[in-house]
Amino acid sequence: MNNSSRIKALAVPVVSVLAGLILGAVIMVVSGYSPVEGYQAMLRGAFGRTYNIGEVFRSATPLILTGLGFSVASTAGFFNIGLAGQALAGWISAIWLALTFPDLPKIILVPLCIVIGALAGALWAGIAGFFKAQFGTSEVIVTIMLNYTILYISNHLVRYVLTDNKDATPKISENASLRTEFLRNLSGGSRLNMGLFLALIMIVVIWIFMKKTTVGFEMRAVGMNPFASEYAGMSAKKNIVLAMMISGALAGLGGVVEGLGTFENLYILDAAPAIGFDGMAVSLLGGGNPIGILLSAILFGTLKTGGLKMSSVDIPNEIVDVVVASIIFFIGISFAIRYIMDKFSPKKGEV
Amino acid sequence: MEESHYVIEMENITKAFGTFKANDNVNLKVKKGEIHALLGENGAGKSTLMNILSGLLEPTSGTIRIHGKEVDIANPTIANKLGIGMVHQHFMLIDNFTIAENIILGSEPTNAGVIDRKKALKEITAVSDRYGFKIDPSALISNISVGMQQRVEIIKTLYRGADLLIFDEPTAVLTPQEIEELIEIMHGLVAEGKSIIVITHKLDEIKAVADRCTVIRRGKSIDTVNVADVSPQELADLMVGRSVSFKTPKGPAAPTHPVLKIKDLVVKENRGLDAVKDLTLEVRAGEIVGVAGIDGNGQSELLQAITGMRKVESGTVEINGKDATNNRPREITENSTAHVPEDRQKYGLVLPMTVSENLAIQTYYKAPLSKSGFLNYKSINQHARELIEEFDVRTSSELVPASALSGGNQQKAIIAREIDRDPDLLIVAQPTRGLDVGAIEYIHKRLIEQRDRGKGVLCVSFELDEILNISDRIAVMFDGRIVGIVDPQETNEQELGLLMAGVPLAEARQELSQTVAQEGAGVDE
Ligand SMILES: Nc1ncnc2c1ncn2[C@@H]1O[C@H](COP(=O)(O)OP(=O)(O)OP(=O)(O)O)[C@@H](O)[C@H]1O
Ligand SMILES: [Mg+2]
Repeated sequence: MNNSSRIKALAVPVVSVLAGLILGAVIMVVSGYSPVEGYQAMLRGAFGRTYNIGEVFRSATPLILTGLGFSVASTAGFFNIGLAGQALAGWISAIWLALTFPDLPKIILVPLCIVIGALAGALWAGIAGFFKAQFGTSEVIVTIMLNYTILYISNHLVRYVLTDNKDATPKISENASLRTEFLRNLSGGSRLNMGLFLALIMIVVIWIFMKKTTVGFEMRAVGMNPFASEYAGMSAKKNIVLAMMISGALAGLGGVVEGLGTFENLYILDAAPAIGFDGMAVSLLGGGNPIGILLSAILFGTLKTGGLKMSSVDIPNEIVDVVVASIIFFIGISFAIRYIMDKFSPKKGEV
Repeated sequence: MEESHYVIEMENITKAFGTFKANDNVNLKVKKGEIHALLGENGAGKSTLMNILSGLLEPTSGTIRIHGKEVDIANPTIANKLGIGMVHQHFMLIDNFTIAENIILGSEPTNAGVIDRKKALKEITAVSDRYGFKIDPSALISNISVGMQQRVEIIKTLYRGADLLIFDEPTAVLTPQEIEELIEIMHGLVAEGKSIIVITHKLDEIKAVADRCTVIRRGKSIDTVNVADVSPQELADLMVGRSVSFKTPKGPAAPTHPVLKIKDLVVKENRGLDAVKDLTLEVRAGEIVGVAGIDGNGQSELLQAITGMRKVESGTVEINGKDATNNRPREITENSTAHVPEDRQKYGLVLPMTVSENLAIQTYYKAPLSKSGFLNYKSINQHARELIEEFDVRTSSELVPASALSGGNQQKAIIAREIDRDPDLLIVAQPTRGLDVGAIEYIHKRLIEQRDRGKGVLCVSFELDEILNISDRIAVMFDGRIVGIVDPQETNEQELGLLMAGVPLAEARQELSQTVAQEGAGVDE
């Protein structure tokens, strides 16, 4: 990568974030609130106390995982819009397992839940991958439909299978929880949990997988030029399904972390979990690269956690949501911003 | 101020990519109303220089003057305004737009904010009539030939008011007929007062069309000559800096057992019509079989079917004694077969990946390039450096993306990768398209060398020179069939031309001997 493209790779996310913050400020001004006070409150909410910092990282954790999931799929040329559903598949299966075998020793139960959650996510995404590979069905449509399917399945399970007509499952046992005494004390009693280490490990694993293995090489090649990959004897079908399953497994892990770490149960949802779409935005903002994803997940964690505090300066929750959403919106369209910058930057290095 | 009689003066142009200088103090002066050829080896910096002139790249240093006035061509829009238009080698047209829509795209005439189609059509017709283009503005791009698409590109530049037209390897993708038409068009354009810069590797084209020629070698401008004063051989030597031979010496072939046996092959093209019809052909170890034919007679489909990229409807393909009908590409590769595809950018390379990765793309899953599923980038890069060195692929590093290679060097990289595997069967399509004469000589030598080492080579090419030069047997393909197999020693371009047009061999020979008789020259054959 030469210098100017490196600068551009950094400029896009920075410009998007700034634009989002400015739009947020404008919205606050228009609605009669002080943006300075608002953002100050946000910062306090995110970094004011150890507890807040813990929560920032807690909420960044699943986003790292779903963000990685999105980037793996898109490397292979696949737009995985179903991260939310795959996360929910991971979440519900981990909870189910944890509630079924509450007394298994922690050293067995936690890994088992993690593996089951990843498999469930992989399976859910694999369905879309299979249809795409076999029949060329658009992954966008299939994964959106699957988001709804799993939402209703999960709500049904919560209400009628895991509980007797209740809105939430009971808490999982201590043996299944990702929370630890150590992290709780370290972070001033926040819900920060072992999931963070899982996410950090996955960053490294995925990076090595994509850059250093033959399978990762194939996925990158298929994503960049399916024709040449076919010519070189790679199977586009195999790679599509595989990439989708890995992507889904990562999203599933995101759900596991929510289930076993953040909430320690599952409840009736009215939409597939937000970590799905936020993960997409995290990946786009991070330019699909692991360090970028880590940083942008932390930024998202900051916005989400800090945003909660804005109501303390009398900014209504709705405005807070709009401000956070407008920042996310700008990040979401960073694709467009990248495009525009490409278009209007005077020089292209192409031959 | 005195008008300069040069339309364009590029002075001491330098363009560096990192520490590598693609252009190093290049000088180019184009007179008004002339056709100026740009000649140089692959990677010499011709496209780079033209991209600077058309505003796509910014020079590191140097000055550009237009009609004597210094200008700064910061982007393509400014180039347009200055009357510079470029016809790129890879066309930039939108397939499902009409010709007219493509021409006006980006500079649509509007009437109160609405595209004024009538006016557009009138203007387009005016432009194309003036230069004698025969086009149907309402035809879709996807339905017209490559030659026609090129014409659309030319009209596009004229429509935007270009005075200087730049053609980057315009003839590489054209049939001989289309090339002649293009040459006429170019003559027509200069007659109308336009000036033209043309890049081509074909010396006879330079002789046919250009007034002057500037030679570039490794980024430096060597000389500008009057084309009338030099022979093609002199041009070639000037360009390479040594004496080049056009005809590769080769001894007689010693073919043995068949490596490729095609029997009654039927293959369909994309629209579902038969493109290859009951074709039977054999390639033996130790021979080069050339397939001659006009583009679109089933050659592409034939090669795709052999290499596993297109379905065989019926018939059989046997490689190395094994049935290979409808094998997958990987199985065919593993059956000691290599393939240089016709479309290098679509099939041959993953452009955003590094040169190094591209050179590994057929063998990355094997030792030493990888071990137990993990890539060994040290070996991959080492392997790449060796190939780059051996095949003289000009690049600043093996770690740049393949898209940064010049067109000809992309081709050389693919050929290097495929020959390097030392396959029993080497299938090459248009192996030297876009290569300079020196590189062509080298590639031909390597193909013949493979043959002499007892390998079978199947070569599809639209260049009759090439076919005649390297083949041991020539199979002429017409309408999905092999209509004749001839010995290159006993045939010539005229005979091949007739065969390629579908005239049966006996008739073609008769017709030719009649012409000779009619001319009454009485010379011996
Ligand atoms: N973006 C880039 N980064 C690095 N090197 C580059 C880049 N663009 C071009 N080059 C190098 O500059 C040199 C000149 O390339 P250019 O495309 O101008 O060659 P050319 O004369 O047009 O060759 P050809 O006849 O093969 O088309 C090549 O060695 C190429 O690898
Ligand atoms: Mg070029």
